[in-house]
Amino acid sequence: MLRLEEVHFAAGDYALSADLEVARDRRVAIVGPSGAGKSTLLDLIAGFRAPNAGRVLWDGRDITALTPDRRPVAMLFQDNNLFPHLTLERNLALALHPSGRIRDGRIDRALDQVGLAGMAQRKPGTLSGGQQSRAALARVLLQDRPLLLLDEPFAALGPALKREMLDLVATLVSERGMTALLVTHDPGDARRFAPQTIVVANGEALPPQETGALLDDPPDALADYLGGA
Amino acid sequence: MTKSALIAGAIVAGLVLAPLTAVIWRAGALEGLTPGDWAALRFTLVQALLSAGVSVALAVPVAKALARRRFVGRGLLVALLGAPFILPVIVAILGLLAVFGQNGILSRGLLAFGLPRIDIYGLHGVVLAHVFFNLPLATRLILQGWLAIPSERFRLAASLGMGPRDVARVLEGPMLRGILPGAFAVIFVICLSSFAVALTLGGGPRSTTLELAIYQSVRFDFDLARAATLGLVQLGLALAAGLAAWALAGAVQIGGGLDRRVVMPGAGGWRRWADMAWLALVAAFLLTPLAMIVAQGAGLWTLPASVWQSAGHSVMVALGSTALCLALALPLATRGGEALALIGLALSPLVLGIGLFLLVNPWVSPFALALPVTALVNALVSLPFAVRILRPEAEAMRSDYGRLSAALGLRGWHQLRWVTWPRLRRPLGFSAGLTAALSMGDLGVIALFADPDRATLPLQVYRLMGAYRMDQAGAAALLLLILSLGLFWAFDRGGRVNAAA
Repeated sequence: MLRLEEVHFAAGDYALSADLEVARDRRVAIVGPSGAGKSTLLDLIAGFRAPNAGRVLWDGRDITALTPDRRPVAMLFQDNNLFPHLTLERNLALALHPSGRIRDGRIDRALDQVGLAGMAQRKPGTLSGGQQSRAALARVLLQDRPLLLLDEPFAALGPALKREMLDLVATLVSERGMTALLVTHDPGDARRFAPQTIVVANGEALPPQETGALLDDPPDALADYLGGA
Repeated sequence: MTKSALIAGAIVAGLVLAPLTAVIWRAGALEGLTPGDWAALRFTLVQALLSAGVSVALAVPVAKALARRRFVGRGLLVALLGAPFILPVIVAILGLLAVFGQNGILSRGLLAFGLPRIDIYGLHGVVLAHVFFNLPLATRLILQGWLAIPSERFRLAASLGMGPRDVARVLEGPMLRGILPGAFAVIFVICLSSFAVALTLGGGPRSTTLELAIYQSVRFDFDLARAATLGLVQLGLALAAGLAAWALAGAVQIGGGLDRRVVMPGAGGWRRWADMAWLALVAAFLLTPLAMIVAQGAGLWTLPASVWQSAGHSVMVALGSTALCLALALPLATRGGEALALIGLALSPLVLGIGLFLLVNPWVSPFALALPVTALVNALVSLPFAVRILRPEAEAMRSDYGRLSAALGLRGWHQLRWVTWPRLRRPLGFSAGLTAALSMGDLGVIALFADPDRATLPLQVYRLMGAYRMDQAGAAALLLLILSLGLFWAFDRGGRVNAAA
């Protein structure tokens, strides 16, 4: 279980606080106006930013002081998910160990699972946008962490491709019993991917709520942002 | 700031501050300056003012011609303007002597007409050599200014019916007023602490610079206290001028493409011929000395073993100083790091050398450490250039792949192997090439402390010149030129071949 315990973060005029829990095995969307702090929330969980106060816990263990690679967390970024100068095989080997040594069949199996069998020797730049997303997904699967954070990783894809990727993530995540948090601008994505949703608005990240009910009758802060959706 | 940046910053600060403290400490207990010292101070200022003034004045028409003309070989000429930077000073001086010296081609031409020979030694010789090195730099700086004027302005001027005189008054004048003080100040600072030129073409009571006086008080009188006092004066001068240059040169942008052509109206007729004449003159001024070096270097295979040995020393010094410089430059490739690395630019290598000498003197004979100290000082002098070259791509690498690297736990050697090296190999190769070539050609600290067994190649060339063995000096200079350019080429190319997209 992920727990943010009275977490406060401030930088300049900007501030964000969160006091919430996400149970294991859940898929949760994070929605809210631009600049409200959705990505900041992920950074605090992943360890790219340190809170000014409060603790981040996983299964009761305090992980607030750990570096990103020591946390039970894997993250798909908006871009730069793979090193463009390395082959897919080497990129994925780095997900297994920083030495980058290529040792066993896990890499080929992961590529197979995301539908990229036989592409191990390709470099990311030679792949289509959808294939790049799949390769990045293979990378986080190999990292084999119980908590997956997705920071709008498929925003550059077309609607059909994006839905396909979200479904693939949902399938792989539930097969492995992972917890997944997805930042998205699209309420459709939230409904499709996540039974629960965290709203980030007015400097606060609220505890998860049922996605359907929330979007059918959104609170004011969210309603303005969603507009006619 | 990361831990490695803090460590590198502390090392650089320590390597600069410790010798400086030693110099100030030692200079503290001393009488004032002698009349000879005042003369050296005066000569230092006069030659730097003249060198900067002449370089900048000549560079304006050259830059203007390069900005508005397109011709075969223009790219080559622009590239040639970058070459003096990595050209060993002693090589250029031999080339200049072959053209302007007592037995140079110019003197021989004058003799044929019954005119007297030229005497290159003294103020005018020092200024000539400084112009040779800095006219190209001034031209590049001023060319940036011309190319930074938006072409719409020139088109607007043309549509208003402005002639070349009006354009010069309305567009080019203000640009030059912005650029020239900075260019002048940068060259002034460079000439203030130029040592090898004063060593070879100056000398005598009437044309001794401060740096030369420092050298003489160590080499001839072994008077370290006086050397330290002079070093303190040199330090104050260089810091004051360096700060002024920094303030003035804020507008000067280094880098960027020099390939654009400015479309200027009404620049045909005699102006075309004047432009081409200027460019031909400058090309001849820069190329003839180099051609003479190649022509005079025929005896390359007859060089004595001592020359080859010193060539070996120089290559080792160059490689050592390159390794140290890059090891410091990589973690310092940040905004704060660049500011710190700039210290190396303001400090005279000779003053640093004296300081290091004073520090090690109680324990080791400084002569035994001449080569490592030279490598160390060269690394500090090249550091600002290396950091400047690395910083843009290092920052891009951190902002693009810093999070991914952190998420994968890439640190230390793994980080270097899988991310830093592949992402930065081009700027790394380029800055390594510059550092190696600068160090290879350096004639500074080594002249203070070298005994006969520990000479570098530039010092060997200087000694051969001093012994009037001009054939061997010429051949050794060609060897030095080949090694300097060869090191630059090898490193720069190493960074480009098979570089990942």
